[in-house]
Amino acid sequence: MTTAWERVKLARHHERPTAIKLIKSLFPDFIELHGDRMFADDKAIIGGLGTLNGITFTVIAEEKGVTTDDKIMHNFGMPHPEGYRKALRLMKQAEKFHRPILCIIDTPGAYPGIGAEERGQASAIATNLKEMMGLKTPIIVVVLSEGGSGGALAIGVGDHVYMFENSIYAILSPEGYASIIYKDSQKADVAAELMKLTAEDLLHFHVIDEIIQEGEGLHINPDFGFDELKKRIIKSQKKLASYDVKKLLKSRYQKFRTMGVYREQGEQENESTT
Amino acid sequence: MNDFLTERKKKLEDFKRNVRKKTTTYEPIDIPDGIFIKCDQCGAAIYEKTLITNHYICPYCDYHFRMGAKKRLEMIVDEGSFTEIDQKLSSVNPLNMPDYEEKLAIGKKLSDMEEAFLSGTATIVKMDVAIGILDSQFMMGSMGSTVGEKVTRLIEYATDKKLPLIIFSASGGARMQEGILSLMQMTKTSAALHYFDEAGLLYISVMTNPTTGGVAASFASLGDINIAEHSSLIGFAGARVIKQTIRQDLPEGFQTDKFQLDHGMVDLVVHRRDLRKTLYKLLSLHTTKRGESL
Repeated sequence: MTTAWERVKLARHHERPTAIKLIKSLFPDFIELHGDRMFADDKAIIGGLGTLNGITFTVIAEEKGVTTDDKIMHNFGMPHPEGYRKALRLMKQAEKFHRPILCIIDTPGAYPGIGAEERGQASAIATNLKEMMGLKTPIIVVVLSEGGSGGALAIGVGDHVYMFENSIYAILSPEGYASIIYKDSQKADVAAELMKLTAEDLLHFHVIDEIIQEGEGLHINPDFGFDELKKRIIKSQKKLASYDVKKLLKSRYQKFRTMGVYREQGEQENESTT
Repeated sequence: MNDFLTERKKKLEDFKRNVRKKTTTYEPIDIPDGIFIKCDQCGAAIYEKTLITNHYICPYCDYHFRMGAKKRLEMIVDEGSFTEIDQKLSSVNPLNMPDYEEKLAIGKKLSDMEEAFLSGTATIVKMDVAIGILDSQFMMGSMGSTVGEKVTRLIEYATDKKLPLIIFSASGGARMQEGILSLMQMTKTSAALHYFDEAGLLYISVMTNPTTGGVAASFASLGDINIAEHSSLIGFAGARVIKQTIRQDLPEGFQTDKFQLDHGMVDLVVHRRDLRKTLYKLLSLHTTKRGESL
């Protein structure tokens, strides 16, 4: 059995493909669209159009970059508010043209910086969470490698949410978690086990719908996993296209509405269900 | 010369007499029960009772001390008008996190609440509202499943009963001990606000010290009107994390209420003493044409 810490290392493996590679594989005709129309074009988030199985999708993805220069350009996949605003702009556009949306999550988290705070990182994330709940078009989400906190969630409100087998999705990085709980970031391996951040854990808590198998792993043979994902997207798209808007939005709300575990009346535990 | 000496002698005598006289007039000090609290900002020692009667505001430098949810409620709503809802909800330990139960127990004791969020209905100058208040004494007002559920239920209740909604935030963000489940509460609460919006109702978000992380990045930022309480820390990422990331000092006044006002993130900065008045005014302004919404 693969431990949680091994999953973290696989999710961050230097040979593991980033979002651009996945997009090129699924949407050979992908065309990128830039900018939030307010401030800038945040390269930590890529957006654009492409066709899959004859259907035009709006694709939104967090891109970490591959080479050193590339990583710096993409800010290691850590978006600023303008990135989330660009994502929302393109998603609203998708709604207008009745296109399904595919969001690809791969970020250590939203960027913590002065400019990000000045331009309203909190407000940008919150707005996406609220607006995505009302988008009258299907949203499919996949966690490619790393789903870091609110920075991931801000493009993660979907009708169907998938996770690759060796991806992680958490409230915080295991290092950050260890420094809070143990006051020692070196204990990230221990923290990773506690945090319940693997795809299996999240499936157990009904936070995601399905795990995408990777075969040998995306870092060795990406085509296997990409193909698995492609099949799921086609299936999801067909299913969601059959819903009328009311049903689509209602089931999206219900999906997130039931997340959480708490006790009521001091008796039974109310576990999340889908 | 002689005159000078005589005069000096006389002055000295007077001085001695006065000093003695003064010492004899000293009365025994009545030591009050209660303690002095040091102001976080100016360092002045403030008598606790003074602090309480002054709404936990430092009388010397105007610093706003953190305030528990129940005290906050007393200050804002009409006396005796509050009816609590969802008080039976409490937290479990879904991830089996070490020490979580102990932390919950401490939080309960400090806040005198089952969880960090107090919610219900009340009136403000006879106007009905749905009101929720986070308590920073309970695990830094962090949002886990229970807080997320209570916030969501309050929003749904307000939507259903067509009540204006007021939420006071005081939170370090999503609760670490419940991991991904805490993160998902951000979506849950924001999603409920989508439907609240569609119902055309008023939501006033009041961000108090501190409002950060996952709470700032969900329902706290989504008010039709966002108010920052005077002398509050408001932001997404913690100052320490930002410092570590960018490796430079942060500008003066970073992430304060004034910073948020200057950068267009809040509509108003309001002094604690004026909050009730301001809320009343804003509520009244929303009754002019659509009385039925109140």
